[in-house]
Formats: sequence, structure tokens, C-alpha cells
Amino acid sequence: MEYIVKTENLVFEYQVLPTEEGGETQREAALAGVDITVKQGEFVAVLGHNGSGKSTLAKQINCLLLPTSGTVWVKGIATADGDRAWDIRSSVGMVFQNPDNQIIATIVEEDVAFGPENLGVAPAEIRKRVNGALAAVGMTQYAGNPPHYLSGGQKQRVAIAGILAMRPDIIVLDEPTAMLDPIGRREVMDVVKILNREEGITIIFITHFMDEAVQADRVIVMEEGKIAMEGTPHAVFSRIDELKAIGLDVPQCAEIGLRLRQAGIDMPTDILTIDELVEAICQYK
Amino acid sequence: MSIQIVNVDYTYSRGTAFEKKALNNVSLTIEKGEFVGLIGHTGSGKSTLIQHLNVLMRPDSGSIIIDGEDIGADKSRLKAIRSKVGLVFQYPEHQLFEMTVYKDVAFGPANAGLDADEVNKRVLDALAIVGIPEELHQKSPFELSGGQKRRVAIAGILAMGPEILVLDEPTAGLDPRGRDEILNQIKIMHEKLKLTVILVSHSMEDIARLADRIFVINHGEIVMSGTPAEIFVQTDALESLGLSSTQSTYVARRLRAAGFDVPEDIYTVDAAVSAILKVLM
Repeated sequence: MEYIVKTENLVFEYQVLPTEEGGETQREAALAGVDITVKQGEFVAVLGHNGSGKSTLAKQINCLLLPTSGTVWVKGIATADGDRAWDIRSSVGMVFQNPDNQIIATIVEEDVAFGPENLGVAPAEIRKRVNGALAAVGMTQYAGNPPHYLSGGQKQRVAIAGILAMRPDIIVLDEPTAMLDPIGRREVMDVVKILNREEGITIIFITHFMDEAVQADRVIVMEEGKIAMEGTPHAVFSRIDELKAIGLDVPQCAEIGLRLRQAGIDMPTDILTIDELVEAICQYK
Repeated sequence: MSIQIVNVDYTYSRGTAFEKKALNNVSLTIEKGEFVGLIGHTGSGKSTLIQHLNVLMRPDSGSIIIDGEDIGADKSRLKAIRSKVGLVFQYPEHQLFEMTVYKDVAFGPANAGLDADEVNKRVLDALAIVGIPEELHQKSPFELSGGQKRRVAIAGILAMGPEILVLDEPTAGLDPRGRDEILNQIKIMHEKLKLTVILVSHSMEDIARLADRIFVINHGEIVMSGTPAEIFVQTDALESLGLSSTQSTYVARRLRAAGFDVPEDIYTVDAAVSAILKVLM
């Protein structure tokens, strides 16, 4: 299998009800012809402002939404094939923005066990998976705690453990760090990178934080339901003017690099991180 | 209008097994017209503290004095105090409920018993300040973008005519453009309406951009306070509290370590760029 996720001319329209009586129901395209391919084991970040279609795309990947036209394949299965929705959903785990909306049990380990229990996994195997999942996100010591006393970053890691216990091939995270403090954000990001590198899980990571997108293998920028840019973080973030034109940020170090270039200092155009910026300044001197 | 918080203690679930001290002997003073940033990791006590500012919570001991008045002393004054201190919660757009933008903003002042002309004036002023154009006034608030919804929710607070505006994570979950819009409006409110602003945020960049003074709270105690330059230079201390400094501060620190003579108290992109240009040119 070449691609673990593939979309072809993916269109998703939703209905806009008329605001006045007797008005016509409009159709609006949240996705207007999207072609993406994601390789097994890849870490892809998806950027775009609110309403650009990022979350709609995420929901297409585990059959929460189905295409109006076009096709989405996950592990070679078309999502429109209704009989296979469960197969797809057990391969694709989703993590949403607010951890409080995803945690349902009163004890951390029970929450993590919820998914595999529902899949009908044998108790001994569930125990094994729960322990493994909590260890993978660094939350073993909280297994017996009530989740509502955890910090935001810890709760989000528990939510990720709940997904891991279902043994997915792909995890789609929709702004998982939006509500977290700086340390919580770093904790979640570190866990995601470990799962990607060590467990080989394919990651699709939606975010508004450019410093997070920088850490992905590939960045996809969405705008008005279409792919506006795509490439390595270095390739995408060197297109600073285009990013700004669609209302996105660039990493601060890229911004500093740009401003130095504008002032006539000869700097590389693809600076993203502090290391690269400091290195470039040392070289210049 | 000055705010004095004097020796405030607060404990959740007092007397139970879940007892948790949320505020421990907090004292601070905020002057009229100041723009103050409040930072601390999740669970540090930020939200508990700001809910004390308009008597949604009452201290176990200690007092909060606004303009010389102890706001917990007289129950008949609650309404007046709550109009004076506008509190914008996290995700304020979840509180929108009316049929139109206009009606939603009018809800507070109408409930406060103001006459129709005054309500109308306040609604129009508030929506103008947050930059919601007239063609949106009769729209359903639920048809707006995330950033617009949030600005309408803030207008609802402004229409109450507060002198102090407290905002809890006003940019959380917004995209960069929505975030810039909100921050610019907050700056305008501070400057034009001369409001005292208290901004709670996890974004050090937002705080660095706007605040005159910063308080850092940890385990219910104020552990650091000072100007942005004074606070952000203490990178190690911030990290040990579960926070971080701004990217520009980290850049300056690394450059100093590499032998460049740049100041260490840099915390904005502008300052970083001019300092680097100075050593390179």
C-alpha cells in the first residue's frame, strides 16, 4: 500500500438554511476539491485559518463526514463504503481541542479502557493495552486518579492514551494544544513525536501554532476549502508573504530572519528555528 | 480606579478530602488605567483570582478594595460593582444566545434597567469599538466567524460600561488573524476608553505585546511581578514555573552565549531585529 490516506477531488458541501422565510437553501463548499496523500508513518501538519476546511478534512478521514463528491481512501478502503466504517474508525483515532469533552470515566485507567472495551477486546488484553498506552504518554503514575484533577496537558495525554489503546494506525489531532499552557503544549507535542517516531503511527496534526507545525515532516496549508501550499516546513515557511496574505503567522525566527534580510543582511531564506537563526548570524559575522 | 487585593486566601472544597488551596495570601495593587498581564500555568489560580474581582467568588479571608470600597462588604452594592468590573470568560462566544447581534449586546444594559435611548447608544458604541460593522447588527451571532463572535461577546460586556475589563484567555482557539483583531481591539479599548485592563493569557507573545506590568502566579501565590523586560529576562525561573519566555528572548540569550553583545532583556521581534542589526552592521 503506497498511501495510508489519500483523497481525490474531495468535495464536501453543507446546507445553509435561508435566513428569511421563503428564501432558498444554499449549498456551501467546506472542501472544494482537495487532493492529498499521506504516507504510512508520516507526520503531517495542517494549517489554515478558522473556516478554511481543516476540521472538515479531519472528520472525513474517519467517516464522521462523508464526501459530497470525490473519494477518501484510508488504508485502501473508501470511506463512502458504509460497511467498512468500523474498520476505518478502528484504524483512525481522533483527538479534539478540549480534553474535557473527550474524557468520560471517573478514573484515568477506566477512561483509557473505554475504547477497547467497546471493541470487545478480552479483559487481559485490555489491561495490557491500558498499561502500555499510559506508559507511552507518561501518565502511568496517574492511572488511579480522577481525571478532573489533572492539568490540561495531562488530560490531553490521557485522551491520546485512550486512542492508543484502540491501536490505531493513524491519529488525527484537531488543535490539541489550543487550550493548553506552554508546558502542556510541549508535553503533548513530545508525546505525539514519540508515537510517530517510535511506534510508527501516522500523524495528521491540525494547529494554529507555527512552532508546532515546524516540527512536522510536511506542512499542508488550507484556504477556502482548497490546498493553498504544501511542502516541507522549510519550503512552506520561506513563503512568508503568501502566508501573511492569507492571515497566518510565520515562526518568530523566520520573521526575524526576513526583517534582517530586508535590512540588507545576507541571511538564508529558510530560517525556522532558534538554532538556524543563531547559526546564520554567527556565519554572517 | 485602583484595585487592591489584600491578603486574599481561598480554598476549594474546604473541610473535605478534596480540599485544595487555590489562593494563598495574595496581595497586589493595580493602578487606574494600567494594562496588566497575569500569567501562570493551568491550575495556578489565575481564574480563581479574577473571579474574585467582581464577587463571583468571595475570599475566605482578606479583602478586595476597588476605588477605596471593599467590594465584598455590602451585598446591595453587588450590581454596581459587577457593572464596573467587566469579566470576559474563556470562550465568551458560548454565552451568545440572542436572535441578533444587536439584541445580544443589548441584553445586559436593558436588564440593568437603562432607558431605550441609552441602551441603543451603548450597543452602537460597543459594537463600533470592537469593529463589528453595521451590516452585521441584525445577523444571527451564530453566523459569524469565531473571531467576530468573540468580539460581539466582548461588546456585550463593554455595553455595561465597565471601568475595569478582565479578559481570561481572549485569544485561545483563534487563528492568527482572529487573534490580532482581538488584541488590537483590546488595545484600542485600553487607550480610547481609558479602561484598566487585566489580561490572562498562556501566550507570552500576547502579553509581551500589550502589558505594562506582569504578575506571575504559581500555586495560588504571586511569585513574580514587574515590567515585561524584567519578567521575560528570567527565562529559567519562568520555565521552572511551567511557563516560558518569548522566542525573541531565547534568541537574545543564545546570541549572548555565542559571544554577541546584545541586551538580555529583549522580548519583542522589533527589539530583537534592531539589536541584531546593531551588532552586525
